[in-house]
Amino acid sequence: MNIAIVKYNAGNVRSVIGALTRLGVTPVLTDNEEELRRADKVIFPGVGEASTTMEYLRAHGLDRIIKDLKQPVLGICLGQQLMCSHSEEGNTDCLGIFDVPVLKFQPQRHEDKVPHMGWNTIETTGDGIFKGFTKPEFVYFVHSFYVPVCEWTAARTEYILPFTASLHKDNFYATQFHPEKSGPTGERILKNFLDI
Amino acid sequence: MLAKRIIPCLDIRDGRTVKGTNFVNLRDAGDPVELGRLYSQQGADELVFLDITASFEGRKTFTELVERIAANISIPFTVGGGIHELKDVERLLNAGADKVSVNSAAIKNPDLINQIALNFGSQVCVAAIDAKQMPEGWRCFLNGGRVPTDRMLFEWAHEAQERGAGEILFTSMDHDGVKQGFANDALRKLSDELSIPVIASGGAGAKEHFRDTFIEGHADAALAASVFHFGEIPIPELKQYLCGLNIPIRL
Repeated sequence: MNIAIVKYNAGNVRSVIGALTRLGVTPVLTDNEEELRRADKVIFPGVGEASTTMEYLRAHGLDRIIKDLKQPVLGICLGQQLMCSHSEEGNTDCLGIFDVPVLKFQPQRHEDKVPHMGWNTIETTGDGIFKGFTKPEFVYFVHSFYVPVCEWTAARTEYILPFTASLHKDNFYATQFHPEKSGPTGERILKNFLDI
Repeated sequence: MLAKRIIPCLDIRDGRTVKGTNFVNLRDAGDPVELGRLYSQQGADELVFLDITASFEGRKTFTELVERIAANISIPFTVGGGIHELKDVERLLNAGADKVSVNSAAIKNPDLINQIALNFGSQVCVAAIDAKQMPEGWRCFLNGGRVPTDRMLFEWAHEAQERGAGEILFTSMDHDGVKQGFANDALRKLSDELSIPVIASGGAGAKEHFRDTFIEGHADAALAASVFHFGEIPIPELKQYLCGLNIPIRL
């Protein structure tokens, strides 16, 4: 299977590559339009800041390429946020694949620390990348901005308020959490994505 | 519900795990990748690898080790030790570390925290603080507790947060290695005053100590080394115990 990881200025992707390698696939890291279009599946990872990353994607034409992809695409963390319409982080317009904004967590009580960091449970649709999920499972989150619950929510979690842990629409899948850092549960999610 | 985290810490010298008692005596406890993978399978929520090697060659060995960890372990891990400037951070993040912890270098050059947060995000920056209770209050120490500084724990923790640290890892020098429990009064004050997560370190000797640091110390995570390395507290047993007390724990 031909898996492409979108190469751009955000974060390290070694963990994503490591997780895929452990599942028996060797991904290519590329920002080449032809290679991305040709891939069986595309992963759009991300650790970084939204507005500077969007600027980079636009400057390299990757915004248009990602939006137009027809094969299954998985956005991770910042990747999910950039697939939305707009982000409060750096007040930037994003790719607009999901017509929902990205908002900053507003702590309500003192115990509400931001970033939301650590293992939290998700409740899923049990479909798509969550095939076979029948009960809440722990996955690893690190983020300060969130996607509200919306019509494309495929998994939700609760921290400060209920929010979207995963989105799905057509060929686009996304997770706010890091499946590549979520132990065996994360491996199941990545395996499901590879099996779509 | 967000779980309280259990974090084994592995001290690394020349690519091997070591652990000191009160930071002095070192005992060998095996290959870091094997040990890390074992902890991950047992239910550790994160891992910390601290490089205590002094030499340039040792740094290279450690960077290669970080690459092996990232390739083999599917839970988050923090690396620390020997981080003096931004390019050390970049090297370790590129090797696959999720977070870096800065200690002495941040006290000597606090702007390092701002630079890390600005370049890589607050979530990768763990401010590690070693402190000891003195007549005048909790004082921060450098170099594994040998050198006193003019910084006090609470003001420095606040400053680290303002500068962009994403977490505070507080080690009580008075409690470390003694196995009589964590410094819960200081931890509670830190956790209640700060808006970022606080990791308790130093003093774990029994399962009850973890309960106490979560309930009384308000810690978001608890770190320990020798009780895990030498099998004194098996992680699955610890997590079952905490879960039974209705502390939010990932099983």
